[in-house]
Amino acid sequence: MRRRSKLNYSRYGYLFCLPFVLAFLVFSLYPILYTAFIGFTDMKGVVPKTPHILDDPLENFKNLLFENELFRMSLMNTALIWIVNFIPQLGLALLLTAWFTNKRLKLRGQGAFKILFYMPNIITAGTIAVLFSSLFAYPIGPINSMYQMFGWSNEAINFLQDKTTARGIVAFIQFWMWYGHTMLILIAGVLGINPAIYEAAAIDGANGFQTFFRITLPSLRTIMLFTLITSMIGGLQMFDIPQLFLAGQPDNSTYTATMFIYSQAFRGSYLYNRAAAASMILFVIAAVLSAFLFYLMRDRDAARLKREERRIRKAAKAASQGGVTHA
Amino acid sequence: MHSQLRKSNAIALNINRTIIYIVCIFLALLSIAPFWIMFVNATRSTSEIQQGLAILPSGHLMRNLEILLDKSFDPITGFVNSFIIAAGATLCAVYFSSLTAYGLVAYNWKLRQPFFTFIILVMLIPAQASAVGFYQFMYKLGWTNNHLPLILPAIASPAIVFFMRQYLIGALSFEVVESARVDGSGEFATFNRIILPIMMPAVATQAIFVFVANWNNLFMPLILLTQKEKYTLPIMVSLLRGDIYRTEYGSIYLGLSLTAIPLFIIYFLLSRYIIEGVALGSVKE
Repeated sequence: MRRRSKLNYSRYGYLFCLPFVLAFLVFSLYPILYTAFIGFTDMKGVVPKTPHILDDPLENFKNLLFENELFRMSLMNTALIWIVNFIPQLGLALLLTAWFTNKRLKLRGQGAFKILFYMPNIITAGTIAVLFSSLFAYPIGPINSMYQMFGWSNEAINFLQDKTTARGIVAFIQFWMWYGHTMLILIAGVLGINPAIYEAAAIDGANGFQTFFRITLPSLRTIMLFTLITSMIGGLQMFDIPQLFLAGQPDNSTYTATMFIYSQAFRGSYLYNRAAAASMILFVIAAVLSAFLFYLMRDRDAARLKREERRIRKAAKAASQGGVTHA
Repeated sequence: MHSQLRKSNAIALNINRTIIYIVCIFLALLSIAPFWIMFVNATRSTSEIQQGLAILPSGHLMRNLEILLDKSFDPITGFVNSFIIAAGATLCAVYFSSLTAYGLVAYNWKLRQPFFTFIILVMLIPAQASAVGFYQFMYKLGWTNNHLPLILPAIASPAIVFFMRQYLIGALSFEVVESARVDGSGEFATFNRIILPIMMPAVATQAIFVFVANWNNLFMPLILLTQKEKYTLPIMVSLLRGDIYRTEYGSIYLGLSLTAIPLFIIYFLLSRYIIEGVALGSVKE
């Protein structure tokens, strides 16, 4: 009876998912395919003519991968800024997680700390970028004032003229905006660990360090990988902060891959084709990372259930054939 | 001897705790300080700002506001535009994601599993990857300088469908659906009148995140919107970096403050739900 009613209703499943599918086809799939197509063409100029596929369809890609110094630099900057932001971000988030979940410490004010640590994440990245460029202003700005107040420097320092400092500040802003987020996810992960394991460890006399490194850290492996990959994909899209902080300066040291796409396509020479090819290269990188994440998050229970089902069916089949299946 | 050991343990614990509090308070100050300087400097004149740091506000707020509004900065228009886009995208995202999630959980259809797999697969496609094609497509439709291309794509929000599905699996009882059917309720009406209210906690959490993400979005609006009267707040922030404000430090800080205030209000009203939501979702938008 129930099965039959489900059969009758199944068309609603298709119907209810239809708006999603339509919006996806129109606003995501078609633009991606179109972008891929543009990558093989000669489309450029403010009002481009009908695009034609180039004599050498891979010209744009070859240019980007083998000749274009700026694109290579933008990829390198993106990677560098991401790494310099992520390692301390994960480190600090882990440390705070260890402290906040430690029952022996009984820290007070955790709620307030969590709210404050997460706060920068919610504020417009563009606002934060312009704010930091004002804070580091030269010759007179809050950071310079602070340096003089504490006597660290007698002369005004032009922080944003130095490549390493500029990159460092962009990485710091990313770190500062995201460590609270990462911490909250890790804490949720720790709270998901079976408390019986911790009790057993406590009975066996494990100290804080041992508990953290032998139980907490291994249990968080999947969540940490999840954070790593989502952060990497987020890092590939890094745009707002470097764009509004220094617009890629000094010497293109904070020029990221997404800024490359933006400025090639929508500024200056309007090289839509080259920007499209660069988008596809980023897309492939993101796709590889996503595939890995997908593998990681696959529904393990469902897979196990399916395996189990198959085993039972096989056993039933064997039994129905009348064979002796077990010795 | 035993009690001595316990005592030294307690001392070590206290030292630990003190160090941890110092680190946490330092980080908390690090979160607050830049915004504090921003708000304080928004009330100070250029010459005051040039004299150095201050902890307390001064009295030049109105003067800074005058200078700010005198130039191209129009916070009301920016606020309205940002609000229309963020609210529209939020409604589309949470409503259609709930509908899709219900379609995935409540009905048994042939392509259900493949469709869910597909949703996970496309969850992490960056918007930047399709920006060039998206812009050309919208340009041909005559939809640049329009809010719709920033709202309608939210109908297909894979990450939110994923979250809603997880929630619905735990919250949906088929008895409710069956009894609605017995009462003669249509499937679509059942979703709107019975299922959507059940999903409200999840809808509210996701709505906050979608709203904030769209409010803060810079890349897509920057590409699509070229007319001043369509600008969103994040685009206006980029105007503050321009030459016209070169020496008007106070007004720059005020402009920044104006873009941040709505978010601070949202955050302090809803911080509990936001903190919980981050932990629950652990899916970045």
